[in-house]
Amino acid sequence: MDIIVENLVKRYGTQVAVDDISFKVKTGEVLGFLGPNGAGKTTTMKAITTFLIPDSGNIWVGNNSIKNNPEKITSHIGYLPESNPLYEDMPVIDYLRFVGNIHGITKSNMYDSLAEVIVTCGLEAEKHKNISELSKGYKQRVGLAQALIHNPEVLILDEPTTGLDPNQIVEIRDLIRKIGREKTVILSSHILAEVEATCDRILIINKGKIVADGTTDDLRRKAQGANTLHVKIESGDVNNIYNNLKNIDGATMVDILDANTNRFSIDFVSNHNKGADVFKMCVSNNYILTELTPVETKLEDIFKEFTSN
Amino acid sequence: MTIKTSNMTKIIIIAKRELQAYFDSLMAYILLILFLGFSGFFTWIYGNNIFFIKQATLMPFFSIAYWTLFFFIPALTMRLISEENRMGTMELLLTKPVTIWQIIMGKYLASLTLLLVALLLTLPYVVSLSMIGNIDGGQIFSGYFALVLFSSMMIGIGLFTSSIGQNQIVSYLLALFIGIFFQIIFQMIGQNMFGITGYILDYLSTSSHFESMARGVIDTRDIIFFVGITFLTLVFTETLLIKRRTA
Repeated sequence: MDIIVENLVKRYGTQVAVDDISFKVKTGEVLGFLGPNGAGKTTTMKAITTFLIPDSGNIWVGNNSIKNNPEKITSHIGYLPESNPLYEDMPVIDYLRFVGNIHGITKSNMYDSLAEVIVTCGLEAEKHKNISELSKGYKQRVGLAQALIHNPEVLILDEPTTGLDPNQIVEIRDLIRKIGREKTVILSSHILAEVEATCDRILIINKGKIVADGTTDDLRRKAQGANTLHVKIESGDVNNIYNNLKNIDGATMVDILDANTNRFSIDFVSNHNKGADVFKMCVSNNYILTELTPVETKLEDIFKEFTSN
Repeated sequence: MTIKTSNMTKIIIIAKRELQAYFDSLMAYILLILFLGFSGFFTWIYGNNIFFIKQATLMPFFSIAYWTLFFFIPALTMRLISEENRMGTMELLLTKPVTIWQIIMGKYLASLTLLLVALLLTLPYVVSLSMIGNIDGGQIFSGYFALVLFSSMMIGIGLFTSSIGQNQIVSYLLALFIGIFFQIIFQMIGQNMFGITGYILDYLSTSSHFESMARGVIDTRDIIFFVGITFLTLVFTETLLIKRRTA
């Protein structure tokens, strides 16, 4: 089920939380929402779940829009809100059954549905406990279980792994990837490694606007410093090597990282055949090349670059 | 996967959960014990009780229940929506295939069911009274009917004030504040006014409707009054919750 967001605008008073955002998520795609606090991630997600009614713009989930039949959308969506609200006074299993009932799961299917989410979310030992007695991590699992109980076509997860232990985080990531193969998943996170590990596509929003959209590789290419090489050349004078490096076609900037061991950092214009040129230069000058490392821009740097002014 | 369920099924699912919460939190037991204790004490033992007025009538019970319910029902309803607002569970409910109206009706129905249980438990009063004198069955039915209608109206007011904020105490006090206008203030002002304003204020006063029904007179105007106020408060509640969604 595809999600299409068209020119979404949402204001809180005079503050514009989401400013004319449009994007599309296809079935079988896991979209990661990145952005600093207050960028509009949660607002956008709440609008998709039909909880918040936007000031203008429209959202389509499959063939239903939030304007025409929001109720149909809710039956296809599994949603885990950021604060993970739960009926704390209920036992886990009663709560999940209640959510299942609301989704119209019949009595004959209820047992299987319950058993499946309880196993998937690792709640077997806790299923008869009151939710208020559970630790934060287990509550998070209950939140995830209630989002999955009706086997939804679309999953919206607002920071799904907060409060989970490292093992559980890995399990949940695997689960999200598995679900993402057939379904549409949107998740938000502050943990960049997590987004990188689980998402097919990343959307970075800042101050209510989309500032970057693409796979991690796309974003890397777009970000500056994507074509940086670190080289270490033994033998030869630092200044000579410096000048030779600078004269390479396409090199924009050369930095000396360490004058004693002759380590340099070279920036190239994009799509330049950088490694080969450095190698040829070394051969023609009889230099011994001992290191040639392309520098991967970390997602953190990309994030910083897109979201800071 | 998802099967279409009727409106009523959804309402009952919500109502069942609320009723369960009432009994799990002991709220239901406390209310039942206090209500039966209070009304029983003043009906049979103390003050203008049945033995004092020496008539086989449940009028003392109806008038004491009328005030007991006035104070108890807001305590019952104050949690219903304010707690969902505070915990954020309203967000969870509203992103499920259930409408605001179904949620409100489910909560209304749960409270009304609990009240009906409380009133049913006073049926031994009727049995006892019928053993010591000749009772007027019609009047007693009419009196109980009036209590149900009055409860329904108070639940409506309580739900409305519960939807205003996140604080239970505020919603309790606000319900009493709105309720006291219907109980006393409209009547007081109405008595000093003439013409149409006086008539309207007098019509808005609960006590005149309640007393005539407790005496055994079932008038459609009285029924319309209680049902109308209930319906209006529920609609106001819905409007408030919808407004919160667009804010």
